[in-house]
Amino acid sequence: MPANGNIQLDENGRLRHFLSIEGLDQAILTEILDTAQSFTSVADRTIKKVPILRGITVANLFFEASTRTRSTFELAEQRLSADILSLNVDTSATVKGESLLDTLQNLEAMQIDMFVIRHQDSGSAYFFAQHVRPGVSVLNAGDGQHEHPTQAMLDMYTIRHYKKDFSGLRVAIVGDILHSRVARSQIHALNLLNTAEIRVIAPRTLLPVATESLGVSVYEDLERGLKDVDVVIMLRLQKERMRGALLPSEKEYFRKYGLSQERLQRAKPDAIVMHPGPANRGVEIESSVMDGSQSVILQQVSFGISVRMAVMSMIVRQSGLQSGSET
Amino acid sequence: MSLHIKNGLLIETAGSTQRQADLYLQDGKIVGIDKAPDDFQAAQTIDAAGRWVMPGLVDCQARLRDPGQPEKANIESETLAAIKNGITSLCLPPDTQPAIDNSATVELIHHRNEMFGHRAHVYPIGALTRGLGGEQLSNMASLRDNGCIAFSNAKIPLANNLVQRRAMDYAAGQQSMVIIQPLDHELLGNGCAHEGAISTRLGLPAIPEAAETAALAKDIELVAQTGARTHFGQLSCARSVDMIRRAKAKGLPISADCAIHQLFLTDHDIGYFDSNMFTIPPLRSESDRDALREGVADGTIDCLCSDHQPHEVDAKLKPYPSAEPGISGLDTLLPLALRLVEEEVLPLADLITRLTLNPATIMGLPGGKIEVGEIADLIIVDPETHWICQAANFVSKGKNTAFEGWDFRGSVTHTIIAAEIVYQL
Repeated sequence: MPANGNIQLDENGRLRHFLSIEGLDQAILTEILDTAQSFTSVADRTIKKVPILRGITVANLFFEASTRTRSTFELAEQRLSADILSLNVDTSATVKGESLLDTLQNLEAMQIDMFVIRHQDSGSAYFFAQHVRPGVSVLNAGDGQHEHPTQAMLDMYTIRHYKKDFSGLRVAIVGDILHSRVARSQIHALNLLNTAEIRVIAPRTLLPVATESLGVSVYEDLERGLKDVDVVIMLRLQKERMRGALLPSEKEYFRKYGLSQERLQRAKPDAIVMHPGPANRGVEIESSVMDGSQSVILQQVSFGISVRMAVMSMIVRQSGLQSGSET
Repeated sequence: MSLHIKNGLLIETAGSTQRQADLYLQDGKIVGIDKAPDDFQAAQTIDAAGRWVMPGLVDCQARLRDPGQPEKANIESETLAAIKNGITSLCLPPDTQPAIDNSATVELIHHRNEMFGHRAHVYPIGALTRGLGGEQLSNMASLRDNGCIAFSNAKIPLANNLVQRRAMDYAAGQQSMVIIQPLDHELLGNGCAHEGAISTRLGLPAIPEAAETAALAKDIELVAQTGARTHFGQLSCARSVDMIRRAKAKGLPISADCAIHQLFLTDHDIGYFDSNMFTIPPLRSESDRDALREGVADGTIDCLCSDHQPHEVDAKLKPYPSAEPGISGLDTLLPLALRLVEEEVLPLADLITRLTLNPATIMGLPGGKIEVGEIADLIIVDPETHWICQAANFVSKGKNTAFEGWDFRGSVTHTIIAAEIVYQL
């Protein structure tokens, strides 16, 4: 049995799957960040490759559209020398009526060692991890409205890169918390890393009930919520997920919750602005802020590669699958 | 067939005392208590010393999936599960395939039960609207004449309040009861877990209490308007219990049940997305569970049912939100109910009333009491046996239990229907 009853850890508390930030501890999160740091230099080499995943086959299974998560996962896999199979399951087997588990098992029969999966159902990552063969690992690339743990870790990496230590930080997460798997993962990660204060800022219709139970303080007013924060994380207003009457209009949303230069003044002068992307300019964030000096949005994307390399290398180290090469 | 059950402890329904007594059964009926009728000749005798003798359970909500979903269950498999678990009468909601909205389906169900069933009584509940479509009234009078005991639209919404009002009026005019599972489908949306800290943490689309209570408030108002005899099924919220209590105090002609699993499970049991915990209405909070228990204890909730929903393995072998809702409940109805006594929620006699006399009376069925002249639907229970709940040992075809590994006490040693032993351990 895993150390704390959570299947993503093995009996020694090491990472077997990467399904959610919830259920992990500070030591593992710090290890991911440190490992990621050691990988940043790989990108600067002429040959951007290390052989950690040599001989290992990774399947990227995306049941939902994705641009940056999927491409940074693929780049991370390539830089670790893995063999890669990428499937848009949306357009293949499942539309023919094949069950999820059949799709998974057919791929397993192709000796896949690691699955990177995005699926529209909350809990799907746990479902897959419960049903893969022993020794096969699952990485959650976003499951419904539950978690998106690699995104949260690259955000943590970005924060640590610019702010060094979490213990004195005030972090504000702004926007559609209700539908956001990114926000859930970020909140768990920020809490595990002992962030001084986590604020979520959103209109009530975009806040799940009992949001405070996640360990955050809730603001419905953006200007009050931004006061003296060190980090502002803007969330995408996921228009496609809106089911009627959550908001009056994009215009009113921008008026009340859009991040403008003027509003950003309320944060600390050296505050950084983040966004998991893809951003809607003029809806949740003003173009001048997105492209401005406090924005670290593009850096987030490039950190995403080393963070994903770190998670995969830790899993492979745990599993003993490692191809016997030096790290 | 004549049967003598001797030395058993009679567990009679509320108001009477438990006592050791002999029962004499003949020609389908109870013909003597304590004392045999003059010319009684027992063809068979059961010594029930140290065991309980009680009325067979009347389950006011159980899906047998027949006709239409043989991959999940059928009348043969589920009536066997019923009798082995002490349930002698089953009320079947109309959402079979095809729906119970025509006499042919009613006859088919009765025919299959005669051919393949295991003697448990099955009582179809008719569709309130044609094809459960929510728009046109079903032929309620004909359906009632063919044996439908009440009318319901199961969990399928009616087109609008006007249809509901007219359906209730029409049913009342035909002296038929309406069964409603209060559920506002807009507030339900694609929800799959109780709206609270757990759904927030797991990112599961949430079902607020108002999905039940807003509908219930309207339903109660329509009862007040139409005077239609109405039974509310499978309540899940503390606020619903309160509303039923107040409506009863006003003298409205209503009754209510709740699924036995709601008295034991909460949204905490979802754990890391256990699809066996996915039910509609959802498992709610601890305070809801406690209020339901209180409602059962004080009689606000008249009956306990299994809300049996057997599924094939594949229906649950999916990520939580994509799995099909429902718990296979026939195998666990009685043992869970007995736990309520152990946990001092209510006395045994009251519990048995909620499982036998009350549902029988509300649904207008025979059974539910031990009296001379009554139908001899009885069970004998060994209260001392301990056993561990294992889906693999379920008699029901549906192995989708939420109680795997639970420790239970009490098991059925005999089930007697119409004075015949139909099951013996």
